[in-house]
Amino acid sequence: MASTPSVDPNGSAATLGIDFPAVQRSEQFQRLRSTHRSFVFPLAVAFLVWYLLYVVLAIYAPGFMSLKVLGNINLGLVLGLLQFVTTFGITAAYVRFANRRLDPQATALREQLEAEQLEAQHHAIQHRGQPGASEQPGTSEGVRP
Amino acid sequence: MNILATTLPAVHLAEGASATVGNPAINISIFLSFVLVTLVVVIRASKSTATAADYYAGGRSFSGTQNGLAIAGDYLSAASFLGIVGAIALQGYDGFLYSIGFFVAWLVALLLIAEPLRNTGKFTMADVLSFRLRQRPVRVAASISTLAVTFFYLLAQMAGAGALVSLLLGISSKAGQSLVIVIVGVIMIVYVLVGGMKGTTWVQIIKACLLVTGVAVMTVWILAMFGFNFSAILGAAVETNNKPAMLEPGLKYGVSEISKLDFISLGLALVLGAAGLPHVLMRFYTVPTAKEARKSVVWAITLIGLFYLFTLVLGFGAAALIGADRIKGAPGGVNSAAPLLAYELGGSVLMGLIAAVAFATILAVVAGLAITASASFAHDIYTSVIKKGNSDPRRELRVAKTTVVVIGLISIAGGIGAQGQNVAFLVALAFAVAASANLPTILYSLYWKRFTTRGAVWSMYGGLILSVVLIVFSPVMSGAETSMIPTADFAVYPLSNPGIISIPASFLLGFLGSVTERRKEDPYKQSEMEVRSLTGVGAEKPVAH
Repeated sequence: MASTPSVDPNGSAATLGIDFPAVQRSEQFQRLRSTHRSFVFPLAVAFLVWYLLYVVLAIYAPGFMSLKVLGNINLGLVLGLLQFVTTFGITAAYVRFANRRLDPQATALREQLEAEQLEAQHHAIQHRGQPGASEQPGTSEGVRP
Repeated sequence: MNILATTLPAVHLAEGASATVGNPAINISIFLSFVLVTLVVVIRASKSTATAADYYAGGRSFSGTQNGLAIAGDYLSAASFLGIVGAIALQGYDGFLYSIGFFVAWLVALLLIAEPLRNTGKFTMADVLSFRLRQRPVRVAASISTLAVTFFYLLAQMAGAGALVSLLLGISSKAGQSLVIVIVGVIMIVYVLVGGMKGTTWVQIIKACLLVTGVAVMTVWILAMFGFNFSAILGAAVETNNKPAMLEPGLKYGVSEISKLDFISLGLALVLGAAGLPHVLMRFYTVPTAKEARKSVVWAITLIGLFYLFTLVLGFGAAALIGADRIKGAPGGVNSAAPLLAYELGGSVLMGLIAAVAFATILAVVAGLAITASASFAHDIYTSVIKKGNSDPRRELRVAKTTVVVIGLISIAGGIGAQGQNVAFLVALAFAVAASANLPTILYSLYWKRFTTRGAVWSMYGGLILSVVLIVFSPVMSGAETSMIPTADFAVYPLSNPGIISIPASFLLGFLGSVTERRKEDPYKQSEMEVRSLTGVGAEKPVAH
């Protein structure tokens, strides 16, 4: 049960014939996974810490935040605007990273899997009568739109 | 004490206000032409609404740019536009803190959620949450929390519509405002029934363009008046109100230790809530690929960021040009800052335009919420649980449309009932509930292998119940002048926002539920979900027409 591919009742056979546990164990996928996580997780922690630091400063150190920087513009305003700058910056950095590092790996793996899948489907058609072996009641694909 | 009551104020009713600003005839005609134009768009879009994927997910045919605009349209509600401008105009710097929370929150969606969600789901949040867990309990829990979040959000928008009318159209009687709520509600039902996700998305896109353009024009106008010197605007704001403290944090939240803690709680709910809002999550299914989902978040972040920067100028501009006293005295109170500023700058015409945009904002947000709630009920509860996956798509669609009507009627009734109530409380509640009930389960199921059904159910129900109960027993409900029930006092929880307790509790419950459950989840599904989420293999394809 556990290692049978799930069947897509829509008939598009979206994931038929892919051995997901094997893919998950493959070196190629593990590399993609660690590329993704080693970039996204530290960045997520960093921006949350930076945001919370800002909130805590604003609330517990108003004196510090009201130091004048330029004209009427104080440090609090500058730090607040810096939150905007870092958010835009992190967005740009992530997009750059995803386009350059994630997409090529993900696309290569996806195309490989889809090619293998196509092959498996040809195979399945030749052995009709056992379509997909078992229909798992609990798959997300087991629900019709 | 009651922070939410006055700061994110999509609205208090101005009592006995009679003065009208601008020309109601102009306001109404501009508003009606907007409704007419968008209705035509919706009807045209509806010609290709045939399947469930069309109705719920717009056929997955929207580009990242279009979807990004629509997300911005969904997100920038009346609370953002009128509420934040008003909050900055009155509380100065402390109003700005809201914009930052609302904005930074998008990084959670961009980095952790948008793309894997698109790759593993189909129509609703529950698709992703129940992917590798037991379907029924998880779908029911996800659907209940979706309905709860959208209900509070809807109430806020509906009641907000009524309260805004007092200023925009010069209607100050309670009956008149109730009538407007009914009209807005009916228009909303028609939009969603006729156009489905596609029509709704087009309404969002039109509205987002109008809103951002309108705000940008006003910003440049104000900056030009002060020689493009932001410092001069700040100086003028201080001078007009004779309140130097408005440039520094703490005017509103620095009052006591409790209020400080309360703000941290609110900050937490804001930053973690956005990525758990079901109507925002659902938008990621309207694009063909994960890459387009990423692109749409980037567009949304750009627009939303610019918008909040503009509102900073508008807020201090309103403080400088109009002054806190006149804003507070106007019908619509703190929420009138933006329209009043428009009147100050461009007279009746600009005011009429901004009024129409404000209405459109509410209409569009309400439509987006209604479609999310109806999809969740029809897809997750009716088809997956009641019919055990054996309903035919036509029936499911009929159930979804019936749900829209029911939700529309309930929120019309709720909006009339909540008139004059503190609507900001409802918006912040929606954020806090979303952050508590949805976000932990979404993150766990995407990134933690050992997460189980029990963990999901504990986290979702625990987060939902805890956040709602804490708010019921907070000063928002009772025990303070600004409470919903000022005459009673059962506020045992001192903060106005439950986030600081309910969010960590929900994460903890998800962890405890998972490690104590003996029954293992299907490891095959875990593998499938992880591989699909990163590679996009087997993701739902766009519908070809």
